[in-house]
Amino acid sequence: MSLSQAEAVADTTVATEEVGGSLVAEAWRLLRRDKVAITGAVMVAVFVLVAIIGPWIAPYAATDRAGAVTPTTIPGPSSQFWFGLDDLGRDELSRVILGARQSLLVGVVSLTLGMIGGLALGILAGAFGGWVDGLVMRVCDIMLAVPGLLFAIGIAAMLGQSLQSVMIAIAVVNVPIFARLLRGQMLRQREADYVSAATSVGVRRRIIVFRHIVPNSVSPVIVQGTLTLATAIIDAAGLAFLGLGGSDPSVPEWGRMLVDSQDYLSGAFHLAIFPGLAIVFAAFGFTLLGERLREALDPKYRR
Amino acid sequence: MSAVANLLPSRGRAALLEVTDLEVVFRRRGRRDVRAVDGVSFSVDAGETVGIVGESGSGKSITSLAVMGLLPDRGCDVSGSIRFDGTDLRTLSNDQMRDIRGRDIAMVFQDPMSSLNPVVTIGKQVAEVLERHRGMSKDRARTEAAGLLDQVGIPDPDRRLSEYPHQLSGGMRQRALIAMALACRPRLLIADEPTTALDVTIQAQILELLKQLVAEAGTALIMITHDLGVVAGLCDRVHVMYSGRIVEAADRHPLFAEPRHPYTGGLLASIPRLDSARGTPLTPIPGSPTDTLPWARGCAFAPRCPNVQDDCLRSAPELRPLPVQGGRELRCYHPLPSLLLAEPVAP
Amino acid sequence: MARFVVRRLILLVPILLGLSILLFAWVRALPGSLANTLLGERGTPDTIAAVERLYGLDQPIAVQYWKYLVRSASGDFGVSAQTRRPVTEEMVRLFPATIELTVIAFVLAVGIGIPLGYFAARRFGSWMDSTAIVGSLIGVTIPVFFLGFLLKYVFAIKLGWFPTTGRADQRILGVEHPTGFYVLDGLVTGNLAASWDAIKHLILPAVALATIPLAIVTRITRASVLDVIHEDYVRTAEAKGLLSRTINRRHVLRNALLPLVTIIGLQLGLLLSGAILTETVFAFNGVGRFVADALRFRDYSVIQGFILVFAVIYVVVNLVVDIAYGLVDPRVRVR
Repeated sequence: MSLSQAEAVADTTVATEEVGGSLVAEAWRLLRRDKVAITGAVMVAVFVLVAIIGPWIAPYAATDRAGAVTPTTIPGPSSQFWFGLDDLGRDELSRVILGARQSLLVGVVSLTLGMIGGLALGILAGAFGGWVDGLVMRVCDIMLAVPGLLFAIGIAAMLGQSLQSVMIAIAVVNVPIFARLLRGQMLRQREADYVSAATSVGVRRRIIVFRHIVPNSVSPVIVQGTLTLATAIIDAAGLAFLGLGGSDPSVPEWGRMLVDSQDYLSGAFHLAIFPGLAIVFAAFGFTLLGERLREALDPKYRR
Repeated sequence: MSAVANLLPSRGRAALLEVTDLEVVFRRRGRRDVRAVDGVSFSVDAGETVGIVGESGSGKSITSLAVMGLLPDRGCDVSGSIRFDGTDLRTLSNDQMRDIRGRDIAMVFQDPMSSLNPVVTIGKQVAEVLERHRGMSKDRARTEAAGLLDQVGIPDPDRRLSEYPHQLSGGMRQRALIAMALACRPRLLIADEPTTALDVTIQAQILELLKQLVAEAGTALIMITHDLGVVAGLCDRVHVMYSGRIVEAADRHPLFAEPRHPYTGGLLASIPRLDSARGTPLTPIPGSPTDTLPWARGCAFAPRCPNVQDDCLRSAPELRPLPVQGGRELRCYHPLPSLLLAEPVAP
Repeated sequence: MARFVVRRLILLVPILLGLSILLFAWVRALPGSLANTLLGERGTPDTIAAVERLYGLDQPIAVQYWKYLVRSASGDFGVSAQTRRPVTEEMVRLFPATIELTVIAFVLAVGIGIPLGYFAARRFGSWMDSTAIVGSLIGVTIPVFFLGFLLKYVFAIKLGWFPTTGRADQRILGVEHPTGFYVLDGLVTGNLAASWDAIKHLILPAVALATIPLAIVTRITRASVLDVIHEDYVRTAEAKGLLSRTINRRHVLRNALLPLVTIIGLQLGLLLSGAILTETVFAFNGVGRFVADALRFRDYSVIQGFILVFAVIYVVVNLVVDIAYGLVDPRVRVR
């Protein structure tokens, strides 16, 4: 017998002091005290902040020649240039700060597009059932038949060399994930008693769907959204690494900075470390937050 | 057997199982400790059937888990003694307890579906007990298992050996679990709400099966339930638990004829009767199990008790033997009146 | 059982068809005319006309699709614009390298991930558990290519323990490649130095590639074991007095590892896409690197062929995994 089983039995022995709230209120209370979740939230906040106020806090502009470099000596971190200089003499710190904006932009836009598309499909499938459901699920199966990055590569290659194509590519890859998620949730909710109750009283289907089922299906979507932001940032960097994505050299982008650093691995490793760590930092923050959110919102996870 | 056990006061002979002052406290981070079992003492003689009755949260299940040694190591403090055949089980090592479980003391749990491993055949799940405690080879254990399944009334046992739990009905699964528990002829069987998860018609069958099997083998049985009906048909002696303590203990017939503790009376009265007139309101016990006081402050049942008086709220009554036949014990300052006539008590 | 397999196989058909339609549409949607796309800048009027006839561009779309389908099924994906050789030939030549890499990464991921996840769950709340959780979280959020850089820098450049790039050191003499799998080749031809050299070249990319699947396998194993430990049937097993090792083997692990079977198919997808990035970082001559180059040079016939082949492999592997799951979980198998 486990402690939690015993606790479950013991719980009824004592009058509980806390008033049972809704799932969201309970989750918020858990998260507020959760150090890991707070760490994640702080990391996310830092990332977003830097992305927004980047141009104002970066010591140099993206294309400024801040210092002198030769092909063989690219200065690493120093007291003057905290992250060192890059191969064209630009300040690495500034470029990393300014690159945050691109990553955030790509992450948010592709997530939003992917979510909207996925949720629309999911609601369709979940609300109508029957052949609509079957069709949507088959389409999702086909989309999921191609491994994620590959799919994104295909779409980005097709749409051409631009930031938009990367965003659309990542969005499309995530559509079936959200569609499946929401559909699954809605199916589960449809079997719930409160739905039978509402139907039996004659509430119209559209109202049941939008006012009852959808709000109750939202929590896993929030979790998935947070986690998807992390993967979107990483995938965007991956696509940039392969040469897809925005090609404007004046706009720093972490993925491209990593690509460019390849030639200087032995001599100037700092060119790879800082953008790489920046990507990890941003993605890790969202992942921590998302994981903790998942544990807080999913009753199964309460141990 | 039960008649013989009643003639002598049960304190006199060495009982098969003797639980003394058992306490189980759960410690949880950031919340109050929970005293699930708060000083429980009872005994079970060889071959005797004892019932432990109570609502959820009364501590009855935890008591049985303590006897089996199945409570978690962390976060759980156990004190008191649990003497089985003279040996205090609490002094034994994990390995020694493993030897005793399944061989000398066995347990059947409430939900037969979740209590069975879904990816292992029924035959294997029965045979493994025999392989473990009786050292049988795989083949011999398998043959024995078929015999056991037959004994518990499962038709076509040879076919069932290769089947999986999800292929059996609820009643059959519970029979299989009983077969696993009795495979090594333990001297004590603990059944924790074995019929609660089953259909009503199946419930009766399973109870009959248990009754028959323990009688044939002379196994002592502890039946844990919230259902007095189950107890009435099965147990020699009944202990009523409330909020972690025993509040009344008596032999079967006297308890039902004349419950003394208001809680027991309330339980009996809350059972709807076929012969009551139409329109007679149901009489539940007022309040809920969470309306309790800690025993440290007074009688835990006081908030819901019809006989409550001031002294009940000042200190908790002790469990005292009553000088009547059948060795009754009572934990109450103001019990229900004793009637001389052996009639069912109407509240 | 057979019915189960057949049903799954039948489901395969619409997915493959759907994929082919998707890819066909994709090829047509590529920028530039189709002929230019496939031939690159080197198209002459003759070859362009030939391509157009071949692809039936003057005929209705349904016919074009049919031709495309037939051609793909027979393995004709056109010619690489970079190397001027048939795409299929290039893939066959380069696939063994990627297979070697993927297999080793897979073995690492599963071989380390399962025990790690299991022990983390068993020692819930201990430092080992916390390390496993944090480690797997980091593993999932590190971009594969960045990790490749780090490994390359630390172990190859700075410490010099492993070579930085390639599959084999050209200076090892007398190397033949009967199978295309360098490690096997060395064993088969008795040239153990060559095998060892191949292994040394494989280690860093395999570790980089294995990291994300390893993190996922660890997490899922841990969560699964934690779930199973709290199940009622484990309590029953304890109540029967069974030995710890019996309970762990027959009751805990046999149930806890089930979800992993379904995950394995997904891991393959990760490994294949990750291979593209990893092989590029380590200049490892496998299919992945070939595709990465194709992307840079807009070699669409290669990209297209590769995506189709990978997708088919992925779908087939998932089907096999599905069937395998039916074999291990009796609840699914028996109707």
